Amino acid sequence: MDKHSLVIIGGGPAGMAAAIEAKKSGVDDIVIFERDTQLGGILNQCIHNGFGLHTFKEELTGPEYAGRFIEQTKSLGINFETGSMVLSVSEDKIITVVSRDKGLRQVRADAVILAMGCRERPRGALNIPGMRPQGIYTAGTAQKMVNCEGWVPGKEVVILGSGDIGLIMARRMTLEGAHVKVVAELMPYSGGLKRNIVQCLDDYNIPLKLSHTVVDIKGKRRLEGVTIAQVDKTGAVVKGTEEYYPCDTLLLSCGLIPENELSVGAGVTINPMTNGPVVDDTLQTNVEGVYACGNVLHVHDLVDFVSEESGRAGKSAAWYIKNGGKRENESRNVSVTAGSGVRYTVPSVIDAANMSDFIHIRFRVRDVYKSSEIRVTSGDSELFKKKKKIMVPSEMEDILIKKELLDNVGGITVEITGGGV
Amino acid sequence: MDSRIYDAAVIGAGVIGCAAARELKRYELDVVVLERESDVCEGTSKANSAIIHAGFDAVPGTMKARFNVEGNKMMDEVSKELDIPFKRNGAMVVCWQESEMPKLQTLFERGIANGVEGMKLLTSDQAHKLEPALSKDVYAALYAPTSGIVCPFEMTIAYAENACTNGAEFKFGAEVKAIEKRGELFAVRTSDGEFLAKTVINAAGVYSDDVHAMIDKPDFSVQARKGEYMLLDKSAGEMVKNTIFQVPTEMGKGVLVSPTVHGNLIVGPTAADIDDKEDISTTREGLDTVKTVSALSVSGVPYNKVITSFSGLRATGSTGDFIIRDCGGFIDAAGIESPGLSSAPAIAKYITHLVCMRLSPKENKSFEPTRRGIPKLSQLGFEERAKLIEQRPDYGQIVCRCEQISEGEIIDSIRRPLGAKTLDGVKRRVRAGMGRCQAGFCSPRVIELLSKELGIPLWEVKKNG
Repeated sequence: MDKHSLVIIGGGPAGMAAAIEAKKSGVDDIVIFERDTQLGGILNQCIHNGFGLHTFKEELTGPEYAGRFIEQTKSLGINFETGSMVLSVSEDKIITVVSRDKGLRQVRADAVILAMGCRERPRGALNIPGMRPQGIYTAGTAQKMVNCEGWVPGKEVVILGSGDIGLIMARRMTLEGAHVKVVAELMPYSGGLKRNIVQCLDDYNIPLKLSHTVVDIKGKRRLEGVTIAQVDKTGAVVKGTEEYYPCDTLLLSCGLIPENELSVGAGVTINPMTNGPVVDDTLQTNVEGVYACGNVLHVHDLVDFVSEESGRAGKSAAWYIKNGGKRENESRNVSVTAGSGVRYTVPSVIDAANMSDFIHIRFRVRDVYKSSEIRVTSGDSELFKKKKKIMVPSEMEDILIKKELLDNVGGITVEITGGGV
Repeated sequence: MDSRIYDAAVIGAGVIGCAAARELKRYELDVVVLERESDVCEGTSKANSAIIHAGFDAVPGTMKARFNVEGNKMMDEVSKELDIPFKRNGAMVVCWQESEMPKLQTLFERGIANGVEGMKLLTSDQAHKLEPALSKDVYAALYAPTSGIVCPFEMTIAYAENACTNGAEFKFGAEVKAIEKRGELFAVRTSDGEFLAKTVINAAGVYSDDVHAMIDKPDFSVQARKGEYMLLDKSAGEMVKNTIFQVPTEMGKGVLVSPTVHGNLIVGPTAADIDDKEDISTTREGLDTVKTVSALSVSGVPYNKVITSFSGLRATGSTGDFIIRDCGGFIDAAGIESPGLSSAPAIAKYITHLVCMRLSPKENKSFEPTRRGIPKLSQLGFEERAKLIEQRPDYGQIVCRCEQISEGEIIDSIRRPLGAKTLDGVKRRVRAGMGRCQAGFCSPRVIELLSKELGIPLWEVKKNG
């Protein structure tokens, strides 16, 4: 059985950033397994611009952003195998991988970084009633067809869900000559970034109907139309608000699910709020030497955050490989709890005795909050406070906590206070 | 017009039509199967509970009782010959109070009379011990170990493939419009030409009354009765080991909770009589009913793990029993509702018997009953899988990541006899797109493979039909 210091599962932005930092930290024997035919992950189909403002201080397209990491991966001499699908990872870090070129084999790793990304929530998981004709796609699938395969799956389009890919596809389909009639969103707020609402819907006069959902689908072979209706605060359909939209295409942008089937197989504990692994401040899961980063950990809005986070996972894994898992000081764990108004935090625990000078805590809020404060508390004492004009569930929050703040505490809570919904 | 004279024209390529075609080929008979869709298994056969019932449900002496028990007993051999997955996982019928015990007792006695083996009546404790996920409220259960689970797509497709390789012809896109008696023959006019046959097998599912009406005023009718289902992710597939039924009501067998033979969990069906025989839509009310009613027998079904929902139409005959008979060479196989899938092997044998009575054919000495399925790479052991990939590297290229289906398997599904022509055709043959992402990732790649293999542009590749 082949042995590698570090096996990275997934060659998208997360996997490459992790590999690059691990290599720079002195790990030579790295291999990235990528199931697609090339590195870059989902960025390869995101041909719009807006990537890299934080990382490169310029606006790049998805393939350009990926391209910069692919270049570095190659110039650093990092091994990667495309067309290689990891089938399982065991708790003792034996990876079963299959490819056309090398067949089925197993490799052993000292450390593993999980960077498999996420998948879109399909129609079936949304339980939308109606027929099951051709013409219903997740927004990302349609994006792949249009941008990579070169064909447009329909002409008269309704979009359910205002996630970023849905918004981007509203514009993309319009530019390709399709007529996007409406974007319906179940929640009373958008699921995507504000800038995408403006640039992809408003600029093209595409209406966004908040608190609306699809309640029926018509068409035996090809989609003929959908019925959209308003929902109340409990999510129940408001009778009498049903409106029929003839269309041949329904795109779904109703959430992303971290793809953690391999992680579960390796014994990794999953946080039910994120559907991603529970990790500590080094991005290590409960399985020693197994790290997670990028969208497999929690779904991000900005790839810049993915790259930064994954770089840290790469450094952590490098450190683990060099030190055999032994930390410098005796561990002192500080738990991080999602308090009022906060859905989850990453990480869930910080080793205060061994942490770097500061730590990113990333989280999402549960609702729209205006003129509110992010507070970090421990018991009755407030450790940190930051004012925010607006916070929305669709935009990930990021705070930096200094090491000295955690000197004498056993656990901290991140919460939202003040202001109004 | 096809000037050939067939011995048998089978109308409908569902499980009954395909099984009948295959059994007919055990004799020296020219068989043609006429199907309006572009593939087999496009009607009721594709959307049902996927259960091989034990046979305690039907009233003794009925065709349902006879063919169910006989069909169930044949399944071990059929699954082996046709290389299809089949598992006797057992079934339980649960009730909630003492006053319902007579219903269980009746089923038990029917089972004995029908020849069902190994049944037991279980107390609440015994039932919960076997199935810890049963609702606390379950009072008692009837247990039948011979009940099984099967893949209805693979079963139908395998019957069709085996019929085809043994010489049965399949005409797709051939919707039967009229049937005329011409001398001793039947002239079957379809949307794709006319076919002459000595006998006609009416296996037209929910349309079998309409097809019968083409030769004679039917003395029965077929009501489409819709059943809605939800299918859950494989991570929920081990909630129960047995198929859990509820004591039957007027409208059917209630809602069942069962593992599928592929390891998912299936919950359903509802029962609603509908007028439109094409209406396979799901409804909010129906899916809500499935959730509520299933909770009576099994607690804690994780409905956040639903990967798809669907509905199917039962062909419910007005006589209450299957209608299988020879009307002067026009052979009805009508009203084949549940337990139709379970009965299919036995019904096919009986139809063949009716044809043989009429035509007295010779035995087909070259009949080959065995079919080799497409290898299921993800289910093989490491060594065996590695070896196969060495021989066929495209078995190592994963296309459907959720179900781990390779490019090689997908290509096989297209190139086989009666191969797949659509995304759904591929899905039913090798399960690409059947997993938790519901074809989100693999469909562009499967479309590409279909486009290449069939020589059509990407945008002409269809989901179904």
